[in-house]
Amino acid sequence: MPEAYQWPTSARAVVIGAGIVGNSLAYHLAQLGWSDLVLIDKGPLPNPGGSTGHASNFIFPVDHSKEMTQLTLESVRQYRDAGVFTESGGIEVARTEERMQELQRRMSSARAWGIDDVSLLTPAQVKELVPYIEESVILGGFYSPSVGIVDSLRFGTIARERAQEQGALAVFANTEVLGIDVANRRVEGIRTTRGDIETDTVVVCCGVWSPKIARMAGASIPLTPAVHQMIDVGPVPHFRDTKGVIEFPIVRDMDTNMYERQDGSGLEIGSYAHRPILHDPEEIPSNEEAALSPTELPFTEKDFQQQMEDALELIPEVLNDESVGIKYAINGLLSLTPDGLPLLGETPEVKGLWSAAAVWVKEGPGVGKAVAEWMTHGESEIDLQSSDIARFYEHQKSRKHVRSRAAEGFNKTYGIVHPAEQWESNRNVRLSPFHARERELGAAFFEAAGWERPQWYESNAKLLDEFGDRVTRREAEWDARWWSPIVNAEHLAMRERAAIFDLSAFCIFDVTGPGALETVQTVSMRQMGVADGKVVYTPVLSQRGTFKSDLTVMKLGDERFRVVTGGAHGMADLKWYADHLPADGSAQITDLTSAWTTLGLWGPRARDVLAALTNDDVSHEGFPFATCRTIEIDSLRVLASRISYVGELGWELYVPIEQGARLWDLVWEAGEPHGLVPAGIGVYGTTGRLEKCYRAFAFELDADYDVVEAGMAWGRVKTPDFVGKSAHVTHRGQDPVAVLCTLTVDDHSSRDGTKRYMLGREPVLSKRGESLLDAHGRRSYVTSAGAGPSIGKHILMSYLPPENANVGEELLVEYLGERYPVTVATNDSTPVFDPENARVRS
Amino acid sequence: MKIVVAVKRVPITGGKMVLTDDEQAIQTRHLGFTISPHEECGVEEAVRIVEAQGGEVVVLTLGPAEAEEQLRESMALGADRAIHLVSDEEWDAQATAGALVEAIRSEEPLDLLVFGNESADAGNYQVGIRVAYGLGLPVVTGLKGLAVADGRARCEQEVPGGRDVYDVPLPAVVTVKEGLNLPRYPSVPAKLRANRKAVDARAVERPAPTLEKLRLVVPEGQGKQAEILGNGPDAAPAVVDMMQKLGVV
Repeated sequence: MPEAYQWPTSARAVVIGAGIVGNSLAYHLAQLGWSDLVLIDKGPLPNPGGSTGHASNFIFPVDHSKEMTQLTLESVRQYRDAGVFTESGGIEVARTEERMQELQRRMSSARAWGIDDVSLLTPAQVKELVPYIEESVILGGFYSPSVGIVDSLRFGTIARERAQEQGALAVFANTEVLGIDVANRRVEGIRTTRGDIETDTVVVCCGVWSPKIARMAGASIPLTPAVHQMIDVGPVPHFRDTKGVIEFPIVRDMDTNMYERQDGSGLEIGSYAHRPILHDPEEIPSNEEAALSPTELPFTEKDFQQQMEDALELIPEVLNDESVGIKYAINGLLSLTPDGLPLLGETPEVKGLWSAAAVWVKEGPGVGKAVAEWMTHGESEIDLQSSDIARFYEHQKSRKHVRSRAAEGFNKTYGIVHPAEQWESNRNVRLSPFHARERELGAAFFEAAGWERPQWYESNAKLLDEFGDRVTRREAEWDARWWSPIVNAEHLAMRERAAIFDLSAFCIFDVTGPGALETVQTVSMRQMGVADGKVVYTPVLSQRGTFKSDLTVMKLGDERFRVVTGGAHGMADLKWYADHLPADGSAQITDLTSAWTTLGLWGPRARDVLAALTNDDVSHEGFPFATCRTIEIDSLRVLASRISYVGELGWELYVPIEQGARLWDLVWEAGEPHGLVPAGIGVYGTTGRLEKCYRAFAFELDADYDVVEAGMAWGRVKTPDFVGKSAHVTHRGQDPVAVLCTLTVDDHSSRDGTKRYMLGREPVLSKRGESLLDAHGRRSYVTSAGAGPSIGKHILMSYLPPENANVGEELLVEYLGERYPVTVATNDSTPVFDPENARVRS
Repeated sequence: MKIVVAVKRVPITGGKMVLTDDEQAIQTRHLGFTISPHEECGVEEAVRIVEAQGGEVVVLTLGPAEAEEQLRESMALGADRAIHLVSDEEWDAQATAGALVEAIRSEEPLDLLVFGNESADAGNYQVGIRVAYGLGLPVVTGLKGLAVADGRARCEQEVPGGRDVYDVPLPAVVTVKEGLNLPRYPSVPAKLRANRKAVDARAVERPAPTLEKLRLVVPEGQGKQAEILGNGPDAAPAVVDMMQKLGVV
């Protein structure tokens, strides 16, 4: 038997799944120097029968997510390089006024992520490009000339064969994985129908089968197979003279959740409008059982009735022609996740078991490269934090949660999704001990990490009268959606007297043992060798000195450090710490999220309130800022931490979760004579912190910008080593390529006189309306936006090129097609409110 | 010209048949359904005749509620009306023929009755012939060619080495085979029209069965056989040879 077909008994890594992801990944690993790689698939090659095999294969690069857009642009670059990309152009058409506004948002996102060749078209202009469209049913279109189609199967073959030619990869088709061997939560090998392979690295690129494969190892890949219907009609007379596969732009009929693309002499019509049809990964037919392929399931015609009418309405010229027949119709299977983002990275349950699943053809090659980099260097060039599979909490991996959110998200595939939009399905899973009180107070609950948190309280409506004109209202429905002016009123009440906040969604874990200091020292940028009772806020860096997270660490003892981090990224942070525990087992991590609850108490009167509750010394001298200690309140032993994310005097109060309700009532009662109000995350997460210019992870802080650019390189670099130290030192020694600034909006007036309020991710432009670009080609865009009620201004944060990062510099922000004047207020971390930080240190 | 075409809802199978645990039926969980390829040609032929000569095509089936899909598919191909004899039970060929005869009588007088030569699932080869005898009509089977004019049908039956041609007076029964014609694909407007039409549904009761099915058996296949024709460019002559044998070149 030729050497190439010799069954390997061991491998450096095994990639399971030869779809667009597996093929791309195998290629990129080989480029990064990996050899003794094995790629297996239970199906035949080149089309093993997964979602890649029947994909619609078109790519629209503009997305509201920076990460997804970057992955897509990188993928297009690779497809072009391989000679499998055909540019056709693409148009998202609008049938409603609401959609026309959304197309404006598309234009802004395109601008923010550096895609400039886009434009808005009138119906007549759309018809010039797509002559068979019925222009009377549309109001306009968003045109991206760089949209194109790819031959994803061909790309996969080229990628795979290149790795084979290098001698780095052995490929086995028609080989099914029967089991994955795991010992001490590490991968040891796989078992297949052809034999076993010893390996410590397995990557699951199995698309809809991924959960089934992961379960063999005792890990979870939380996706569900779901149907998206497509039909192919032809022969289309308009396409008779087409050379090649596509000549006319692809049309996305956004308001009907459908698309139409030319495919040679035929027209492919796809839909995301039907009822969500979810399947079970364990019950997908085999290649032999399936009439077409395992992911091309029988078409359920009754689900496509409305779609036929919608398509007929948009393209009557083609579809009314009785000689144009429906030649192919399937319920195609693809993967859906609870939050609509891919599942990438090492699984938190099993070391050496990696996931590269729930990835669309448009991101495939980019994901292959990024995951290969992650496997090689511990991080990727394109920031993958929002796709990190470690992000999920236990309940989010459940079948119920995956299916209900996937079903809810499915019909929003081409939907108009507000940046603050809340999920409706599977709510009320994690309730804080304060929940009953919050309901009584009319809390408007928003969900984060599964926790129900008050965004604001309706009972505070009376504050609107109290503060009158100082409370900004929002006139436009879109700006005011998922928002209330009560947020601004709560903010003013806090700054005037005091407020309490439900912070139960914090992810809390202790690092303990003789090796605890070494662990936290390695992970944290800031010095952890501090006195007991010290509280340290620290960035957490990647090897190349950009942000992996930011969080707070309380030193409770030489062998106990309590890490507190935001709920949204808590689980990924937990894994990062766990991955950096010393190999000798001298440190452990204990997740205490469900053991402790946190109540925030801040405002000028916070000390008055707290002093009334405890005999312990809470004076400024007795209880300094950035320290923590246990105090006694009533019969509760409370861990009080004097820090503040809202820039006020106050504390985070930690008690065991079962005592939380009692703590709330005690603080509430003590707070009454001082005018204490309950305040929501609208204040904590936006207004409070924006006035103090406090940065937020995933907004200002991500893998694209370093500490110096973020204006957080305070003090000296500590002596002990830490992840990212040498890169950080280098950054300190050079001029920043971009500078994080805080800007205020000068005039909110739109053309029709309505005052408009930016929500975030808008492009920031020069006074002449040009995009701002730094030396690395990064565009300036609004990382966070929100009200600054105490300064009476709307606040925006954005990285700017150094030449524009001047206090007083006048710029523009583009919001829904119009430009508004803004001014740079600060170009470092100096707050726009209470710049001396007098309140916090009072 | 009035033509009645009988069709049967059958599963579209892949390469491998999986039986239910009780071995009484094929596992259809992942399967789509259609009418047999012979019947598709039957419907197409009937529609073409009526398009040329005027009249109507009635499509008829005996099957479960879901078989309505197949009637609508047939109407999307051009059939004018549909009759659905509704029953969830499994009917043998004799009982099926009996029920069809009764339904067809309610449509007389008619000119032509079209069946697929055999169904794609059971393959009993009986229903068309039994119905013809039940109605006292001439029947010609296995047609690959059909021409209808002046009250007569010219039927070409495929036999080894050629075709036997029969000239038959109408009304007559024919059973046809795939290859009779190339059926059209339904257009979107045709589908929408077909879906809006009413179907004449009638409940039918299966008579006491006279056949007892013991179980189904999937015959052992010959396994996968691959013959390597050669390696690299030297294999070209063998490949061309094979293509010529298959008749594609």
